[in-house]
Amino acid sequence: MTDATNQTGRGGASVAGANAVPMVLAEMVSKSFGSNEVLKSISLEVKRGEVMCLVGPSGSGKSTFLRCINHLEVVSAGRLSVDGDLVGYREANGKLYELAPREAARQRRDIGMVFQRFNLFPHMTALGNIMEAPQRVKGLPKAQVEKTARELLARVGLADRADYYPAHLSGGQQQRVAIARALAMEPKLMLFDEPTSALDPELVGEVLDVMQGLAASGMTMIVVTHEMGFAREVADSLVFMDAGVVVESGHPDEVLSNPQHARTQAFLSKVL
Amino acid sequence: MSSTKPNRPAAPPALPEPARAAAIKAIRLRHPGRIAFATILVLFFVVFILDAAARPAFDWPSVGQYVFDQRISMAAFVTLQLTVYSMVIAIVLGVILAVMRLSPNPVVKSLAWFYLWVFRGTPVYVQLVFWGLISIIYQNISIGIPFTEPWLVFETDAVLSTFALAVIGLALNEAAYMAEIVRAGLLSVDTGQEEAATALGMSWSQTMRRIIIPQSMRVVIPPTGNEVISMLKTTSLVTAVPFSFDLYTRSRDISAETFNVIPMLIVASIWYLFFTSILMVGQYFLEKRFARGVGDRRPDRKADGLTGAATGAVTGLIPTIGGGQATVVRPPAPPASPDDATRPTDGGVR
Ligand SMILES: Nc1ncnc2c1ncn2[C@@H]1O[C@H](COP(=O)(O)OP(=O)(O)O)[C@@H](O)[C@H]1O
Ligand SMILES: [Mg+2]
Repeated sequence: MTDATNQTGRGGASVAGANAVPMVLAEMVSKSFGSNEVLKSISLEVKRGEVMCLVGPSGSGKSTFLRCINHLEVVSAGRLSVDGDLVGYREANGKLYELAPREAARQRRDIGMVFQRFNLFPHMTALGNIMEAPQRVKGLPKAQVEKTARELLARVGLADRADYYPAHLSGGQQQRVAIARALAMEPKLMLFDEPTSALDPELVGEVLDVMQGLAASGMTMIVVTHEMGFAREVADSLVFMDAGVVVESGHPDEVLSNPQHARTQAFLSKVL
Repeated sequence: MSSTKPNRPAAPPALPEPARAAAIKAIRLRHPGRIAFATILVLFFVVFILDAAARPAFDWPSVGQYVFDQRISMAAFVTLQLTVYSMVIAIVLGVILAVMRLSPNPVVKSLAWFYLWVFRGTPVYVQLVFWGLISIIYQNISIGIPFTEPWLVFETDAVLSTFALAVIGLALNEAAYMAEIVRAGLLSVDTGQEEAATALGMSWSQTMRRIIIPQSMRVVIPPTGNEVISMLKTTSLVTAVPFSFDLYTRSRDISAETFNVIPMLIVASIWYLFFTSILMVGQYFLEKRFARGVGDRRPDRKADGLTGAATGAVTGLIPTIGGGQATVVRPPAPPASPDDATRPTDGGVR
C-alpha cells in the first residue's frame, strides 16, 4: 500500500532501502483483550527511512498497534515483523517459539518509543534519563555514554538543561528529553504515540521540530498524531484507522485532501 | 534541519507597563476567642508540669540517678540492637514478600498471602512465646536433603540464643507489615514508568531496581519510619521469649529490687523518647533524599497534587501513631508532569 508513496524523494535512505526487507511488516495482525477485538487483521508496511502517520479516533487501536510492534502487547493472530525479525517469536521448522524475556528485551532495544505522557524517570536528571539505558542495558562505559547523551541533548536543543529533573522542565522540554532518551539506544525504528497531545498548544511546535529533524536524518518513524500539518509536511504515508481496522491509507496529500471513505471524511472534518 | 520547517513569527514587541492600583492596607481581623483558648491550654499545661515536678510519686531524684545507670544504658543499647536487626531483616523479607504478592505465578502469590495471613492474624506476643518454645517443638535443626541422611545437625538450643529468637520473632512478624507497605509503594509508581523502562530494553530486575523501587521509596519511607518507631516499642514484649535484657524488662527488674516502680518507668520512657526523636530526624533526611526530582519542586508548582506526598512525614505519621501496626498507606498521585492535567490518577491500579 505504501509503494505508491515511496517516491516522495525525501533523502537517499528510503531509496537505498527500497528493495530491502521492510522495517515493519504487519500481515493480518489481530489483537484481542478478552473478547474485545481491538485490532482486526491489520496489514501494512513501513519501509526503511519512511515516516508513517497513524491517525484515527480515540479507541481505534492505534496505541495498541504501536505497543504490539515492540512487544509490550502480544499479537493474537497474524504476523508482525520488524526488520525481517518476527516480533516476540522465533520460527523454526514451521513452529513458533515464544522468546525468553531477555531475547524480547534485545528486540526492544532497537525500537525507540515516545509516549504521550513522556514517562521520564522523575528521580533522574535529564542527563540521567538519557544515560540510564545505554549504561545499564548495553553496558557502555560511563564517559562515552555521557558524551553521547550531551550531544543528544544539544540536538534536541536542551544542552543547558542536562542537570534538571523532569519536574523542573516544561512539557515540551520533557518530551524532547524523552526523544533523546529513546535515540540514545540508537534505534532503527522510532514509535511516537501522540507525542504532542499532552502539551500546551504553544509547546507543540518545538517537539514537532525535533521530530521533523529526525525524519530528515532518515529515521524510520511511525507517528500516531492528530497534527495533520505535520502529517502533510513530513509523512510519506498516512494510515487512517477506525475500530481496529485500516480504513484508508496512502500519501498524506491524497488522503487528507481527497478522503475516499465516509468515516475518514467524518474524522478529518473534526480534526482539520 | 529540513527546508520545510514552518516559519515561527519573530518575538512580538514588549507590552507597555500597565498602571497599578496601590497595595491593599486593611486592618487585620482579630481572633479574640483563639487567643483566649490558647491561653487556657498553656495555663493547663504549665499547671500540670509544675504539679508533676512537685509530686513525690514521680521521685525525680531517683529518675536522675537511674537514667544514666550502666544497666539501663546497656539495656537501651540492646533494645536498639533488637530494633535495628529485626527491622533490617523485616525490610528485606518484606520486599521479597511484596514482589511475591505481585508475581504472576499463582502459587508464589498464594504463599505470600498465606504468610501475611498467619503473621498479621496472630498477636506478636503469642508469636514471641512460640519462638521461645521452638526448641521444644524442633529439638534439632538438620541441614541436608529431606528424607536422606542430613549433612549437619544442630541442637536448637545451642544455636539460637533467646536474643536471636527475639530478633527472629520480631522480624518475621514485622515482615508481614513491611510487605504491605512495600507493595503499596510499588503500586504507587505509575505504570508508564515500567513501560518506558521495558521499551528501552531494560530487564524486569533492572526495571525494579533502578526505576520502580527508587520511586516507591517516597511512599514507603514514611510508614516504614513509623514501623521502626513502633518496633522500638514492641521490643518491650520480648520478655515473652523470655529475653530480659531489653530496656523495659531491665527497668522492671531493677524496680522489683528497689520497690520503686514509677521512676523506672519514667527512665525507660526517657530512653524510648530519645531514640524515637533520633529516628524521626533520620526519617526526615531519608525522605528528603528520596524526594529528589519530586519533592524539591519549583516554588511556583507548590499547589499541585504532589505536595501531599512530598510532605509524607506528616500525613504518614498521623494515622499510625499509637495504632502501632496500622498500615494505612495512601498511594500518592503518580509522579505527574506539570503540563499534564488530564492524566488519570489511578496510579495504584495495575
Ligand atoms: N490492556 C488493555 N486491556 C483491555 N483493553 C484494552 C487494553 N488496552 C487497550 N484496550 C482497549 O483497546 C481499545 C483500543 O485502545 P487504544 O489502542 O489505546 O486506542 P487509541 O490509542 O487508538 O486511542 C480501547 O477500546 C481500549 O479500551
Ligand atoms: Mg492511544
